[in-house]
Amino acid sequence: MEAALGLLRRMPPKQSETALSALLSLIPQHSSDLLSQVDLPLQVLRDIESGKDFILCEYNRDADSYRSPWSNKYLPPLEDALYPSSELRKLEVEANDIFAIYRDQYYEGGISSVYMWEDDNEGFVACFLIKKDGSKSGHGRRGCLEEGAWDAIHVIQVGPEEEEMAHYCLTSTIMLSLATDDESSGKFGLSGSIRRQMKMDLAVAEGHLCNMGRMIEELEGKLRNSLDQVYFGKTREMVCTLRPPAELVQRRLPDT
Amino acid sequence: MADEEDELPEETELSYEQKKEIAKWFLLNAPAGEINYVAKDLKAVLSDEEVYNEAAMEAFPVYNKSHMICLEMPSRAGDVIVSSYSEITENEFLDPRTAQVAIVDHVKQICTKVRPAHDEELPSLYIEEYRYALDAEIQRYVSESYPKGISAVNCVKGKDTEGLGSDFEFVVIITAMRLSPQNFCNGSWRSVWNIDFQDESQVLDIKGKLQVGAHYFEEGNVELDAKKDFQDSTIFQSADDCAIAIANIIRHHETEYLAALEVAYSKLPDNTFKDLRRKLPVTRTLFPWQNTLQFSLTREVEKELGLGK
Repeated sequence: MEAALGLLRRMPPKQSETALSALLSLIPQHSSDLLSQVDLPLQVLRDIESGKDFILCEYNRDADSYRSPWSNKYLPPLEDALYPSSELRKLEVEANDIFAIYRDQYYEGGISSVYMWEDDNEGFVACFLIKKDGSKSGHGRRGCLEEGAWDAIHVIQVGPEEEEMAHYCLTSTIMLSLATDDESSGKFGLSGSIRRQMKMDLAVAEGHLCNMGRMIEELEGKLRNSLDQVYFGKTREMVCTLRPPAELVQRRLPDT
Repeated sequence: MADEEDELPEETELSYEQKKEIAKWFLLNAPAGEINYVAKDLKAVLSDEEVYNEAAMEAFPVYNKSHMICLEMPSRAGDVIVSSYSEITENEFLDPRTAQVAIVDHVKQICTKVRPAHDEELPSLYIEEYRYALDAEIQRYVSESYPKGISAVNCVKGKDTEGLGSDFEFVVIITAMRLSPQNFCNGSWRSVWNIDFQDESQVLDIKGKLQVGAHYFEEGNVELDAKKDFQDSTIFQSADDCAIAIANIIRHHETEYLAALEVAYSKLPDNTFKDLRRKLPVTRTLFPWQNTLQFSLTREVEKELGLGK
């Protein structure tokens, strides 16, 4: 299993789907482990009844059907399917509405979905998903990108309320790929993924949504900055190490 | 939530061929300098030595040539670049600079021995004059601009040309690799320049392909994949003058490309990335999660104006 995950980490991020299905066919006995530990770019289905798209993931799936957060119905229709309780569904509806606005403010487009379900510890789990196509032909406002995909998966475990506090454990995964193509720099592509966790104990006074929302906003921001500065920055450093810019060459910098 | 008792479709056992193709796919897609790590993990997942060995025998040569790996030749003769331009047979690669042929073990990625090149493997004196001059200029350029670069000039067409009246073609290879697995970072730079000496028009047609890659994987996984094609030309002159002209053209384009890459990187945080996700909303404040009344109003307004998706 370790080896399988190691392989996935080294394969080009844009080929992660091919790599995963190759592994699944080689070691089918580990498929449920692999599927739960590996994130793939999100897929989308249209809920014709509500006229909106929704995101597919393990958390809204039952058999081969997926539950739309807009209509709360499974597509394709499914008998005896799993649904959140009506109380949780109310929270889910509100979450979807608010998250859609959050999404619009930060992403200026894209698709979002939120799914919730009760867990075994008298708490619940919520999954907030965002998919954005930032390419010129998609929702890219500035037309910089030939290709641009951002997939965010935030899974929060919310513990039972105790003394007006609750424990929140957020695991966020961001997958992204971007590519530009122009006269001077040719084809320039960056892609990758990171995952981080954040745990907090917060007062429930303002409601779960508020707490979850703030945590997601904070962690998403941190991940965005990390990807940009640290991760992409390291690749930039590497390029300069391979071939330092002309001005530095004259000064003959020592080998790092 | 997925039902844990869902049946997976009946998995038919993969055939030997299928397993081998999958194994080859993993090996071929390893980033620069990482094929041995991939090999180790692959062996564990496959747990079938026979399949792995056959896949390795087929995949390593292709990988090595496409990444243009450099192997040290014995007796400190320098490095030989393994590429399709220097290939004599599958395991033999010519080093034009020392007129030797390196015998190579692809899977182990080492040069096992060298032998002097036969006359028919080497270019004519006329060609060698041009090749040698260009090689020297390129070496000078590479040692100035690349901390750890290695270059070679191979004649890929017309190597037996004795004098004026025929075309011939060289390929200039510049490769640099930086492997830092302890820092979770590896990178590679590959330049391939085709120089087509055209006798009739007395022109050198120059085509270049640059490819830069970097992989950073500390608690995450990010890859840079950048490439660019170039086109240029210069006049057919004496061996020394051609060498200088070609080296200058290459130096010029490569330096410009590096600068363009820097610009692309500097535009990332505020422009390019913004098309994916802004740092902050237009309001320049964090999202007001607690203000639900505002949301109901916004929702109403969106519905009124038909802005909702």
